[in-house]
Amino acid sequence: MSAPPSHAILPDGRRRHFQHGPIDLVLEAFGAARETETAYARAWTRFETVLDELAAELPALRAPVTEAAPALSGPVARAMGRACAPHHDSFVTPMAAVAGAVADTVLAAMTEARELEKAYVNNGGDIALFLSPDASLTTGLVTLGARPSFDGFARVEAASPVRGIATSGWRGRSLSLGIADSVTVLARTAAEADVAATLIANAVDLDDPAVRRQPARDLAPDSDLGARLVTVEVDALAPDRIDLALARGLERARVMARRGLIVDACLALQGETRGLGQVLVSAA
Amino acid sequence: MPDDSAQAAPNPATDIITCDACPVLCRIRAGRTGACDRYGNLDGVLTRMDPFVVTQKVAERDGELVPFGEQVWDGSLISGAPTFVTGIGSGTTYPDYKPAPFIVASEHDGIDMVTVVSEAIFSYCGLKVKIDTDRFVGPETAAVRVAGEQVGHVTTAEYGSQMLSVGGVRHLTGGSKREGTVTCDTMLALSNREAIEMTIDGGAELTVQAGKPPVIGGKLEERMRVGCGSATIGIFAKQWHGEADEVIVVDDHITGVLSEHQAGRFLDMKPAGLRVRGRRSTPGRYFQVAEPGTGWGGTDVTDPLTIIDKIDPKKAWPGLRLLMVSTTGEDAAFFVLDDDLEPQPAEMPDKLQVVVERIGENCEPALSTVIFMAGAGGSLRAGVTENPVRLTRSVRQALTRVTCGGAPVYVWPGGGITLMVDVTTMPEGSFGYVPTPAIVAPIEFTLRLDDYGKIGGHLNAVRKVEEIAGIERLKTVRWHARTDWPGAPLKTDRESAE
Repeated sequence: MSAPPSHAILPDGRRRHFQHGPIDLVLEAFGAARETETAYARAWTRFETVLDELAAELPALRAPVTEAAPALSGPVARAMGRACAPHHDSFVTPMAAVAGAVADTVLAAMTEARELEKAYVNNGGDIALFLSPDASLTTGLVTLGARPSFDGFARVEAASPVRGIATSGWRGRSLSLGIADSVTVLARTAAEADVAATLIANAVDLDDPAVRRQPARDLAPDSDLGARLVTVEVDALAPDRIDLALARGLERARVMARRGLIVDACLALQGETRGLGQVLVSAA
Repeated sequence: MPDDSAQAAPNPATDIITCDACPVLCRIRAGRTGACDRYGNLDGVLTRMDPFVVTQKVAERDGELVPFGEQVWDGSLISGAPTFVTGIGSGTTYPDYKPAPFIVASEHDGIDMVTVVSEAIFSYCGLKVKIDTDRFVGPETAAVRVAGEQVGHVTTAEYGSQMLSVGGVRHLTGGSKREGTVTCDTMLALSNREAIEMTIDGGAELTVQAGKPPVIGGKLEERMRVGCGSATIGIFAKQWHGEADEVIVVDDHITGVLSEHQAGRFLDMKPAGLRVRGRRSTPGRYFQVAEPGTGWGGTDVTDPLTIIDKIDPKKAWPGLRLLMVSTTGEDAAFFVLDDDLEPQPAEMPDKLQVVVERIGENCEPALSTVIFMAGAGGSLRAGVTENPVRLTRSVRQALTRVTCGGAPVYVWPGGGITLMVDVTTMPEGSFGYVPTPAIVAPIEFTLRLDDYGKIGGHLNAVRKVEEIAGIERLKTVRWHARTDWPGAPLKTDRESAE
């Protein structure tokens, strides 16, 4: 029996938690109580059908993105396709943007026609932001590592184009082709940040006996990565190897930033971090 | 709906099951979880990975205990059986967000009881690890390291055991980030009964796992010594008498020499004239015959003859039969003195071999044991009562029982609620962590409903145990029969005053 979507107010009495299947959203709206209550209600209404919409066209969402526009029908699915399209020269499927696109979609429903100071939707670390003029939001930066740890923060001002933050890495919920512990990206939308973080994390890579990989389908039979080798374990790497792997990822991030696809990125591997240094501040 | 609502369709051709907990319909391989991380394939069974654990008393039928394992039992609550709600899974924040604490009312033996359950975040906590061994693991106060980071230190040696202190706030948050992370990992693994490899500065490499024999310097420690060398002489002197002219029991603490020892003199044994190295304490008892190590009896000795300093030609005689044995019976050798009074290896006589084996038989299995120790202070108590000091007093007066995952704890005298619990008496997987880093452990406070009102408890938040049964991710485990039933009624305030 399929469990229906559920919602709860978190113990702090402010934030909301929406959950359906693999989607976990934490939402918060700042403003007058009448406005925030309506915002939460609108967000919930939108959220209720999101997973069913996506599940209906999963096969197409798991197919590689090519130059031709993918045949996707739902609004969230189309947003995923749009976010991935600029990256079609690499292997990528719309699923690379799923978490961010869901966050964007629910945020849009939550903030549309509302008088809010600011709001966010955090979908398991992929975050969509709304900021009114003069508002800003500071978010902690968590490096996934062997155990997640707080490693820095990003302060996003309304004047900045950033409205999406996403984190990816082989230790996260999704499988990765690369060895980055964690790549955090700031971009215009959460969907764009999501796919960019995925691809930069893939690019933090090298062949080394310390890296163990397995075909994705041996781990998750339905993975969009199919028979591609995904990272399952990374033992301690020599400092020059860490440097090389991070340099490859950083180069990828620089190209994306030049193309205007991302604003900032922070890459972490075995205690070392590299970044474009635009917005993110490391606490390490 | 006491357990999982989701059903799994097993696929016999492979090890894949299909989860239908949500529309994604993940196919999940054995030992893996679905996209949500909530449901996993455990041996072909779709399983909720973050269960909220309650413990139930074993059924009694015809005067006999009926273990759950023999019944076809689906893990659901058995109606009417005494049920104790643990803190495990009650308050972690990922992937579910659960209000903590739960305050649960139940009836035990006709008395209304309240249990406040919570998962507490402990920065101030540590492990006391007892390693049953006489081998040298390292000097007192030496650093205990995991993956190069200091996670604790060697503390006192006890009779037949070496104690380690692992964890503590200084390593968790007082050192480098990596030190904190490794310490948290180590504590979490040891608390959840996983094996950890550690090294001790100036000492040994160890593998430690709660309830399992330690591995010291690559060698599995199977037995605790029967006693020190002197005690071993005292126990077995009569059984050796007539079969050997001298017995030397090699031990890092006190090495015993039979013919000099009180026990040998009592048997009118002739002094054999073998002088062992080290410092004589009393006749037949020697300290420091060798350096500590992982050889015979916790010394660094691999050739036992090296501890013999000299042989007195006026006392010793050709043909003298010498047995050398360690305090666990694991190492033993038999020698006969030749015409030049040099010890020559010889085959162990059967009658001596029997006694050597008996030493081993009298040694208890060597184990590593792990005690979790933490202070339940500050805001944790506010979840129980509006007046936290009254909870502390109530625990002091034994009106409130403190348990961890239903397991009994020892509460230290003095201020605060500082507790110790044997991790092997708690349900599996009881411990978690937060990135701070700190350890998350279940804790329950159980008291009578009327007493709960008196200490300023949150009476309006009390839920009936039957309501808990409706939680989707509920997991029922059999109550640990080694320990007292955690929900048993306590004495009343009035009784305690008398």
